Amino acid sequence: MNDGSPANARKEPVLSATALRKAYGRVEALRGADFELFPGEILAVIGDNGAGKSSLIKCLSGASSPDSGEIYLDGKKVTFRSPQDAKDAGIETVYQTLAVAPALDIASNLYLGREIRKSGLLGSVLRHMDIARMRREAREHVNRLGIQTLQDITQPVETLSGGQRQAVAVARAAAFGSKVVILDEPTAALGVRESAQVAAIIKQLRDHGLPIVLISHDMPSVFELADRIHVQRLGRRAAVLSPQTHTMEDAVAIMTGARAA
Amino acid sequence: MTVEATDTGSGPPPEGAKAPTIGNRVQHVLHAHPSLGPLVVLVISAIIFDLINGRFFSAANLSIMLQEVAVIGLLALGQTVIILTAGIDLAVGAAMILAQMVMAGLALTSGWPVWLAIAGGLVVALVTGLVDGLLVTRFKVPPFIGTLGTLGVFTALGLLYANGQTLTPSAGNFLLWPGNLIKIGSFSLMTGVIVMLVLYLIVGYALGRTAWGKHVYAVGDDPEAARLVGINTARLLLSVYVLAGLIYGIAAWVQIGRVGDASTNISSTLNLDSITAAVIGGVSLFGGRGIVLGTLFGALIVQVFQNGLALAGVQDLYQQLAEGLLVIAAVAVDQWIRKVRT
Ligand SMILES: Nc1ncnc2c1ncn2[C@@H]1O[C@H](COP(=O)(O)OP(=O)(O)OP(=O)(O)O)[C@@H](O)[C@H]1O
Ligand SMILES: [Mg+2]
Repeated sequence: MNDGSPANARKEPVLSATALRKAYGRVEALRGADFELFPGEILAVIGDNGAGKSSLIKCLSGASSPDSGEIYLDGKKVTFRSPQDAKDAGIETVYQTLAVAPALDIASNLYLGREIRKSGLLGSVLRHMDIARMRREAREHVNRLGIQTLQDITQPVETLSGGQRQAVAVARAAAFGSKVVILDEPTAALGVRESAQVAAIIKQLRDHGLPIVLISHDMPSVFELADRIHVQRLGRRAAVLSPQTHTMEDAVAIMTGARAA
Repeated sequence: MTVEATDTGSGPPPEGAKAPTIGNRVQHVLHAHPSLGPLVVLVISAIIFDLINGRFFSAANLSIMLQEVAVIGLLALGQTVIILTAGIDLAVGAAMILAQMVMAGLALTSGWPVWLAIAGGLVVALVTGLVDGLLVTRFKVPPFIGTLGTLGVFTALGLLYANGQTLTPSAGNFLLWPGNLIKIGSFSLMTGVIVMLVLYLIVGYALGRTAWGKHVYAVGDDPEAARLVGINTARLLLSVYVLAGLIYGIAAWVQIGRVGDASTNISSTLNLDSITAAVIGGVSLFGGRGIVLGTLFGALIVQVFQNGLALAGVQDLYQQLAEGLLVIAAVAVDQWIRKVRT
């Protein structure tokens, strides 16, 4: 199996997995999938619909647990029993389904599950939220990321467009990912300008040294952004390509099985 | 109705080419403030009933209405927290009756100190919530089915324990404390009403200001999304059912105080009344939407209709009809405001 560009050969992967298997009833979504993400890189994951991309990252983010196989973070074996476990380890994820609470406002969604509490007993015992501070910091954060489409931080998410909801999910992951950020089709519902904005955010995160996993069907942007490309096919990693040495036609041919890796 | 006149500007202004219609604006205001509708209904219906019968706003009548609303208001409060998680509790009444019989039985039959007997009843109520919560979280039984089952179980346990008796505490017994009346001029406020209002404040605070409350709304809104952001949804749901159980226990005490005795012979419509109050109060049966203040308005509306129609000399039948129509209207409004988009 191809293990990526030689530059990474000496580095230890931040996040890796070996021989992951996951079946949903009779459907085998993962059939021994391997995965490696190196420090500071943008790794694109591409593959046909149903190739097991989302199933793979759900195992890596604690959203589901693999039937077998191992996951390593910084070389140490980890078992994520819940999404919270992965979050505690610094892995932040934008799911294909977005995972936002529609009735809550943007600020509440950004801080959902990690609400800022008031200081003192009020905060520690009663979990009293510091709503003003959450709103202020949410606004600052959204501005810093340059997400202009989110204007009013107190707007309920259900009143937002699909693209704006995606922006909320991306902003949340960008805000709290400290080790790895995983994005499952973060631009699927976005217009040209908004997609460019998400691409800019991804680069911004990478420039801060965060490794990123980007699942996308958008080949041109994959080839523009990615340092390496993981091709998923039929529940396995079929190949790892480099945008420097491979063309989009190569990638598509391997993805669809027209050519062996 | 001039609902749009109360627009405080907090509803998001609809953007785009289309000018907002009045309907649009009402929809937005109700979406941002779902308890506004019930408040308007409450005020208008109260005024109409007073115009029909001048005794409606008399101190005596207001006192009685508040006394009547205390128990159902408490049950509806517990029910509301459960409905916010997209659940439902069909066993509220049964849990309350069981807790009530245990409280009175321990104090009057088993001779426990009264405070310990009350605590015992509260623990039993809490356990009923725990059972419902475990059914929903551990055994993945849909709340509707799980509480339908426990409705039968709790009812039977209550009847078995009571053994057909009506237990009547003697005057001055602490069991009757919630029934004490505080005279304010010709108006008499029942202690249990204050208990109810305090609990509304506490639960309202917890839902609106604490992380726990946010998580209640998030789980009711979209449980999978809540799980993915790292909320322990099972633990949260369990806490909700246990809290509701505890509130039903307090309702049991208030019930003993108000009526003056404990028997299993209590209105069988308590379950539905508590759901009715929440729904009329703008709490969405789909979960994630509504506030307890709305439920309080809802409980008051039901009471105002029952009392007002009775004062107007209308048959019971029409009270039921009115209540049914209110529920349908409330659900229709909920469906409508859930479609809101900017
Ligand atoms: N929760 C589930 N229950 C049942 N089957 C599932 C579930 N999740 C995924 N699958 C199945 O597993 C297979 C892989 O799905 P997955 O979502 O991982 O694909 P994907 O590569 O992300 O596809 P897409 O590009 O469409 O997002 C598919 O056949 C899918 O139907
Ligand atoms: Mg997918």
